[in-house]
Amino acid sequence: MSAIFFLIGCSVFIALIFLAAFFWANKTGQHDDTYTPSIRMLFDDEVENAEAEEGQDRAT
Amino acid sequence: MALETKASRNTRCFHCGDAVLHEVYETDGHTFCCLGCQSVYRILSGNNMHQYYRYNNHPGKKKAEHSERYEYLDEAAIADKLIDFKNDGLTVVTFYIPAIHCSSCIWLLEHLYKLNPAIVRSQTDFMKKHVNITIKHQELSIRGLVELLDDLGYAPKITLQDVVKAGRKFSQKGLIAKIAVAGFCFGNSMMLSFPEYFGMAAFEAKYSMFFGWMNFAFSLPVLLYSGRDYFTSAWQSLRHRRLNLDVPLALGIAVLFIRTGWEVFTGSGPGFADTLCGLVFFLLVGRWVQQRTYHHISFERDYRSYFPVAVTRIIEDNRKPVPLADIRVGDRLLVRNGEIVPADAILLKGDANIDFSFVTGESEPVSKVLGEIIYAGGRQLGGAIELEVVKAVSQSYLTQLWNNDAFKPYERKFRTFSNVVSRYFTVALLTIAISAMAYWFFQGDPVKAWGAFTAVLIIGCPCALALSGPFTLSAALSIFDRNHFYIKNTAAIEQLAAIDCLVFDKTGTISSPNASRIHFDGELTPTELAMVVAVAQNSSHPLSRELVNWAGVVTPMGAVDFREVTGKGIEATVSGRNVRLGSGMFVGITDTTSGTARGSRVYVAIDGEVRGCFVATQPWRPQLKAVIDSLGNDYALNLISGDHDKDREELRAVFPGTSELLFNRLPIEKLEYIRSLQAQGGAVCMFGDGLNDAGALKQANLGVAVSDDINNFSPGCDAVLDGRSFGLLPRFFGFAKDVRKVIHMSFGISLVYNAVGLSFAVMGTMSPLFAAILMPLSTVTIIGFTTVATRIFATKRQLTHNVS
Repeated sequence: MSAIFFLIGCSVFIALIFLAAFFWANKTGQHDDTYTPSIRMLFDDEVENAEAEEGQDRAT
Repeated sequence: MALETKASRNTRCFHCGDAVLHEVYETDGHTFCCLGCQSVYRILSGNNMHQYYRYNNHPGKKKAEHSERYEYLDEAAIADKLIDFKNDGLTVVTFYIPAIHCSSCIWLLEHLYKLNPAIVRSQTDFMKKHVNITIKHQELSIRGLVELLDDLGYAPKITLQDVVKAGRKFSQKGLIAKIAVAGFCFGNSMMLSFPEYFGMAAFEAKYSMFFGWMNFAFSLPVLLYSGRDYFTSAWQSLRHRRLNLDVPLALGIAVLFIRTGWEVFTGSGPGFADTLCGLVFFLLVGRWVQQRTYHHISFERDYRSYFPVAVTRIIEDNRKPVPLADIRVGDRLLVRNGEIVPADAILLKGDANIDFSFVTGESEPVSKVLGEIIYAGGRQLGGAIELEVVKAVSQSYLTQLWNNDAFKPYERKFRTFSNVVSRYFTVALLTIAISAMAYWFFQGDPVKAWGAFTAVLIIGCPCALALSGPFTLSAALSIFDRNHFYIKNTAAIEQLAAIDCLVFDKTGTISSPNASRIHFDGELTPTELAMVVAVAQNSSHPLSRELVNWAGVVTPMGAVDFREVTGKGIEATVSGRNVRLGSGMFVGITDTTSGTARGSRVYVAIDGEVRGCFVATQPWRPQLKAVIDSLGNDYALNLISGDHDKDREELRAVFPGTSELLFNRLPIEKLEYIRSLQAQGGAVCMFGDGLNDAGALKQANLGVAVSDDINNFSPGCDAVLDGRSFGLLPRFFGFAKDVRKVIHMSFGISLVYNAVGLSFAVMGTMSPLFAAILMPLSTVTIIGFTTVATRIFATKRQLTHNVS
């Protein structure tokens, strides 16, 4: 049953890691702007040959 | 007039989406409404940035009439104030760009490097409308960057009162860290408390000691770090001999901790560590909800954000931009068309035609003659003028207003409901706790006396009480927000509910500055109208544009020999006939004072013969009558304006008979008027829009700035109302009262919880499990109730639909 001491130690330790991760994210400003990244990720990647793509757009 | 045809205008500008009236601008098969839109398109298409137009239809915004001049950014002293960071090669700067409104804007602003390789990186914060840009300053100056943005239609707003940097001072990071720690401890101590609550067998008892010590350890950071603010706040309020809600909260937290420590040390029980952590966690979440802002409007603006950053000073024919603060008495200044006169000054040269509407409320521009004093804040319309400064900027007539007592920096304290209740609550709680202790003590049971005393303070801890206000008000705040009524903070909503007297400004507040009503006094044949339109099309003057808009579709005609005399009028030859549009003097009328109708006039002369004039008036907001009628029953309504009383008759018919209508008032008189209403016991809400209302807005119990473009300047206030939502005012006031009702009800509910808990506590029979269940249960009930109730009331008032 003394395993319980070990397990509680582990769980608290892991929780502490998450707490530290949260502090890091907060400190580096990852919660400052929670809206713009959701739009930014929807932008298409840069297309190398933009001219060709433009032509395709017109064709469709 | 019969000519008022609004024929179908299917063609929209590819860039900005405005109706294209005359298809003159065309590139790549796309039509544009003006040269500005077309040139932005050309820049973007020339740089392979078509994607801008792919994410949204018509993502652009029409460029401002007068592009600002940015020479002053070459002055290192000015530019250095703007930048965030600078090293040998790189400069980082953050701009506030009001034009940001869609995903295309984000895309374009984050791909600026494609337009200029000297731009290393740019990142947009959409909600705040900020762009953070890193440039190589050896290749691109700040001025070059700003001009590039301006060319694209994304001109940054640069003002003396740097809103960007001021906004950064306020941060919730500390509070969020405290919530995180409290949440972490809450979760862990709850896990460690569960075995105790479920009951442990005899052979497991050795663990209970261990769990107890662990719990105690978890409650330490909550007490010392997360909950610290409650102790400092309680201490301060005791020192000022006032009892706020933080006193019983701090007392509850302290007692929870002491009793937990005592039970753990003596081994007499499991303690209340999980309740302690949970309590602090919920309280902090409530505080966070209350402080959260849903908008990024600055409510603290003063004249500094209205004035330009720099002005052009003339020293021996040498024109040089200087920061406003360096202006001295005796300096010669050059003020161009559309620029603001920064200090009280004497006119030395040029035709001054000053628009004081924002400063004094006068709706029409004023002409000044040489040698006359021009007060700061007016905007020059027409050609450039030269001035000699007679008073320093900070001593000017306009800025003096800010030296008034009403502007002394102080934290405006609203008497919120919870402040009122908390005094009685604290006294009652302490009375119950002490009498319970005394009772058991005289019964000869000191252990139970201690138990009852602590239990009362624990269970009576007004957690739910403290949360009902923040949760209700923040729910209401987001509903007001959605209806374009932006309120500074939650306390202002309670203030809104307490208002009984409304005072309106006239120009720009109850009249709508953007729209205008045009009618023509005189006679014109359709062909002649077409000729007038042909001339007006060539001008970018707002009145010309409105005239073209008003005329609708007419037979296109060509105008030649176009000539524009700034501030006077325009002329051209159409089909061999000379057409002149402009001021009375321009068309040859000497007596322009005839007629009492208000509004700006554009006279028309064809071949030297005056045919009549267009009169453009600022119409009342369409919902004005309805708003006044429905507010008139419950509120005292008054009007105070800086303008002449030419509208008195018209407004008399709109306002109820009991209201005062005051005209020709100076800004300081407006402030005094509010003060006198308050002296009569009124809770006054002032509606205004300009700098002339700034004093009154500040003095009023609640100052509401009415603005048709919330990104434009509005004076410091408690709330900003978008002109579009003016018609919703009666509903807003009604809803604020509903919100107050919800707070009262949720106070009632939490008091019931407290009463139930206390009845157990005074018996000295409260178990930790009981506290651990009751506290979160009451909290969840309150959060649920306030959210749902606020929403129901909002639906009832029809405020949940999106108004656009």
